[in-house]
Amino acid sequence: MSTDQVRVVVTGFGATTPLGGDVASTWSALLAGQSGVRTLTEDWVDSVPVKFAAVAAVDPAEVLPRPEARRLDRAEQLALVAAREAWAHAGIEKVDPERLGVVVGSGIGGITTILSAYDTFKEKGWQRLSPYTVPMLMPNGPAGWIGIEVGARAGVHATVSACATGAESIGYAIEMIRSGRADVVVAGGTEAAIHPLNIGSFAAMRAMSTRNDDPQGASRPWDRGRDGFVLGEGAGIVVLESEEHARARGATVYAVAAGVGYSADAHHIAQPEPTGAGVMLAMRRALENAGLTGQDIRHVNAHATSTPAGDVVETIAIKEVIGGHPLVTATKSMTGHLLGGAGGIESVFTILALHERIVPGTINVEDLDDGIEVDLVLGAPRALPDGRIAAINNSFGFGGHDVAVAFTSV
Amino acid sequence: MAMTEQEILAGIGKIINEITGIPAAEVTPEKNFVDDLDIDSLSMVEIAVAAQDEFGVEIPDDQLKNLKTVKDVIGFIQG
Repeated sequence: MSTDQVRVVVTGFGATTPLGGDVASTWSALLAGQSGVRTLTEDWVDSVPVKFAAVAAVDPAEVLPRPEARRLDRAEQLALVAAREAWAHAGIEKVDPERLGVVVGSGIGGITTILSAYDTFKEKGWQRLSPYTVPMLMPNGPAGWIGIEVGARAGVHATVSACATGAESIGYAIEMIRSGRADVVVAGGTEAAIHPLNIGSFAAMRAMSTRNDDPQGASRPWDRGRDGFVLGEGAGIVVLESEEHARARGATVYAVAAGVGYSADAHHIAQPEPTGAGVMLAMRRALENAGLTGQDIRHVNAHATSTPAGDVVETIAIKEVIGGHPLVTATKSMTGHLLGGAGGIESVFTILALHERIVPGTINVEDLDDGIEVDLVLGAPRALPDGRIAAINNSFGFGGHDVAVAFTSV
Repeated sequence: MAMTEQEILAGIGKIINEITGIPAAEVTPEKNFVDDLDIDSLSMVEIAVAAQDEFGVEIPDDQLKNLKTVKDVIGFIQG
């Protein structure tokens, strides 16, 4: 363990997901092995080949006051709901605003706002565009609103790296605190992209499952019959804090945000590099950055999206860098794939797994694919050992982004 | 037929409530949009567009900036 670095700890978290409107309901649904995927009933569903998605369990527009909701894109609404839960959970009564930061991104930004605003523009003219159209569509909007909410003046940032966004944000936040720019950072990812254009576009890549007759069985990482990811929406946010700041205020610490590893595939804009070299590099760097060895890692929340190309090679990379011993799970089997929100909620799940010493099981694996030599948690949850243990959350994104965030128990 | 001041006030109160969440009952003629109701310039644009729909009176941008209070808007709509 390197001793010259500021230790960064997790003192709060929040989430709104296809499984629940907060962390507690989401976590209990995960442990129960429930699916958050459902058939879509919107009138546009006939225009796309995929007729299901993992819709947020609680509509954020119903939670937020109406005047607030109407000036926020849905990705911003989800982010604010999760950030408020995380902020309340952390219980920070006083923090120097110049030492408080935000890093929250999304993969696509305010895409539904862009599309509906363009309809308004074409049908009714520019005068009828909401004056909030720009702040609703800009990808840094969620970070901006959260920054205003908590009064963050140390810097408000929005990383964008497709499905690696949430994890990259948390990594950036760790580095903000370590480099001395902030004592507290609110970090994570959000996404609200369930729209026929997005479904059509992902379907055009042949990236999505079309298992329309069995939506809840569609997200099946590592199963031989997997045929693509399931689009989800939601947000996951953590509050990170320097250990010194957290201890001084007597905060409850849930985990140590021990380090982050980044790499890039430099291979293909959307397909994973087939040897897993980039993924291995990210995990190696996360271990090195956190001062951990592969033996310390007892759990991996895998990226595993249920696409044919990526799931198995990730397990090969885990075996190579960490070993065959960690309990590996794919929570996307239940939440679907939240794109930019994935790294946010899955970091929350990784932290909870360490804190509660239990790993949720992957659902829907009926016929395990060949070539997997790590200890997958399939079906029922499994317990983690006592003592000081570590875990990694992997997130990879179109563009070739690979991010591994390491957490340790307290 | 011209609307009465009370009818216009009720209509403005409804619009402001919809956009800002401020109870319509608090929207009284003497209230200043910025100082009393804490309404920002973006919300004022929304209110002006909604008022155009409600009352059929267009409020040009160069006039909007002169409308400081609820009473000013009522007067503008009454012509």
